[in-house]
Amino acid sequence: MSELATNREIDRSQMKVSDEVAIEIMDMNKWYGSFHVLRDINLTVQRGERIVICGPSGSGKSTLIRCINRLEEHQQGRIVVDGTELSSDLKNIDKIRREVGMVFQHFNLFPHLTILENCTLAPIWVRKTPKKEAEEIAMHYLEKVKIPEQADKYPGQLSGGQQQRVAIARSLCMKPRIMLFDEPTSALDPEMIKEVLDTMIELAEEGMTMLVVTHEMGFARQVANRVIFMDQGQIVEQNEPEEFFHNPKSERTKLFLSQILGH
Amino acid sequence: MSDVAYVRTEMVPEKAPPASQVGPIKWVRENLFPDIPNSVLTILALYFLYLALSALLPWIFHSAVHANSLNECREIIREAYGPDAVGACWGVIVDRWHQLLFGFYPQDMYWRPVTAFVLLLVALSPVLFSQVPRKMLMFTAVYPFIMYFLLWGGSIWLPLSVMFGFVLAPISHKIVAPLAGNLAGVIAGFAVPILWWGLAAGPVAEYLHSVAPVGIEYIESAKFGGFMLSITIGITGIALSLPLGIVLALGRRSDLLIIKSLSIGFIEFIRGVPLITLLFVASTLLNYFLPPGTTFDIILRVMIMVTLFSAAYMAEVIRGGLAALPKGQYEAADALGLDYWKAQRLIIMPQALKISIPGIVGTFIGLFKDTTLVSIIGLMDPLGLSNAIRADQAWNGILWELYAFIAAMFWIVCFSMSRYSMYLERKLQTDHR
Repeated sequence: MSELATNREIDRSQMKVSDEVAIEIMDMNKWYGSFHVLRDINLTVQRGERIVICGPSGSGKSTLIRCINRLEEHQQGRIVVDGTELSSDLKNIDKIRREVGMVFQHFNLFPHLTILENCTLAPIWVRKTPKKEAEEIAMHYLEKVKIPEQADKYPGQLSGGQQQRVAIARSLCMKPRIMLFDEPTSALDPEMIKEVLDTMIELAEEGMTMLVVTHEMGFARQVANRVIFMDQGQIVEQNEPEEFFHNPKSERTKLFLSQILGH
Repeated sequence: MSDVAYVRTEMVPEKAPPASQVGPIKWVRENLFPDIPNSVLTILALYFLYLALSALLPWIFHSAVHANSLNECREIIREAYGPDAVGACWGVIVDRWHQLLFGFYPQDMYWRPVTAFVLLLVALSPVLFSQVPRKMLMFTAVYPFIMYFLLWGGSIWLPLSVMFGFVLAPISHKIVAPLAGNLAGVIAGFAVPILWWGLAAGPVAEYLHSVAPVGIEYIESAKFGGFMLSITIGITGIALSLPLGIVLALGRRSDLLIIKSLSIGFIEFIRGVPLITLLFVASTLLNYFLPPGTTFDIILRVMIMVTLFSAAYMAEVIRGGLAALPKGQYEAADALGLDYWKAQRLIIMPQALKISIPGIVGTFIGLFKDTTLVSIIGLMDPLGLSNAIRADQAWNGILWELYAFIAAMFWIVCFSMSRYSMYLERKLQTDHR
């Protein structure tokens, strides 16, 4: 896991962290029944940041990013995305979901629609983009993830890596300002992980704000500007990747890193 | 070099399989005589098949087709095949087929149900086959009114004025929604047509008829019968129970407590009661609950009951399909910003319905066959007519021939549905597992 995500030089010219706040989470708490999954989370994400969230399973990292587009509901505290506060107001939720793209561990493509239809569905029905234009946008992003030739196939005919790249393209078709990745490579065979990471790196190079839950420490090292370590529903440590990997402060982080990196 | 090293220098070419692995010999061996117990079963099965056919075939073919009574039939068979011969008396079908198909519908009006049936096939074609131009769905939407007009007849203004109610729904929504919000628009979209049907549709139709009397002869429901009746009730039930079932299934999975309880209550009540009971309610009790003076057509009442009955089953079948969908599909739809109804329409229902096709068609087939139960409340479906035909002196005592004919007709319809469902499943298979 410690090897690099890519051997090429990463183009950092567009990777700029601006002062503008993209996501602000304040004193957020969440419970599943009586189980306290997220405890006093405080996190500010600037536009252009690439944040990798890691931690042992069950530490609440997926739950945290799923709260940002309201796939999970938080019970206490505030979450403000792009200046809009998440509340039970459906209009706000819809607005935020239009601006925030999400990529899932199991891709969650729609198996009854072709690749192209998967990509045009939301632009047509949510953004009211004319069909022709939506198809052009979709083809643009499919070319970007390097599978335009699969446009008329169904998800079931594609490999895992290809499906995940389609899922990324599908999110991008909504032209989101923030992308959430929920363990995007965990369900993939090793030889397919690289193609998905490449796509994600390209996205980062274009200056996309990204929150990535992953165990790919190579990606964290090369692409992230900040690594967050979570355990037992809390943010235990966060730092720049260089410091985080070479000079972890807390015992829990050291233990985790030794388990995941040390062979 | 060590001894374990090995390098292949020549690749093995593909060879033809041995003779025992191909062709009919292989099939017979594998499927009929793979081992001793299976060979014994095969021989036994062939023997029973022989017994059944040797009894059935002579009965079917040593038959009398042209006869006017059961006695005449027996006479003809005795003369043709010897004194002990038994044979079918198909004369009853030749003599009474029109009754089995149309009941007591006036003979000179048979063109009306026949036209309605042909148009039914036309109206169904765009629903069943995606190759048919989508514009044909317009005709499908109007068809129920054409069917009503052709079968029952009367003034043309009544179906037109009822149809106008459906036109009123989107119009009133369009007018009210910008003025008082979307919710008020939806309420108006439901309320205005209901008011129209309840208060205005009848009088308006009567008035228009008095001004411009256009129409064909009215045929009362009591004259309906035979397969025409089964198909009328069956098709209406099928067409209405699917959407109602979808709504109930969604209601049962809803987070809104009242909607959820109402759906569960309805489904569990209907599923807990035999259809016969509901039909008796339709034929007798329902009139007590309605305002005095309202006459509510018996066939209409039966249609409502049959629809409600199968909608409850349909809801459970569809709920099964919904439960089979991975949670990720809902999450992906949510994450893309699709609202509840769009997600249901574009993502969830197409997949859930596809999974439920066997169950849905099973319910349809059950519904169609259950239409024979209406004979119990005195409607002349094919089974009811078979009793009526036996009541005639000439055909007193005839049983098998009528039942065989009725069974064959039902089988054709039900088997077609079953084949269509298999076709649809194949066509919609996109998961390539």
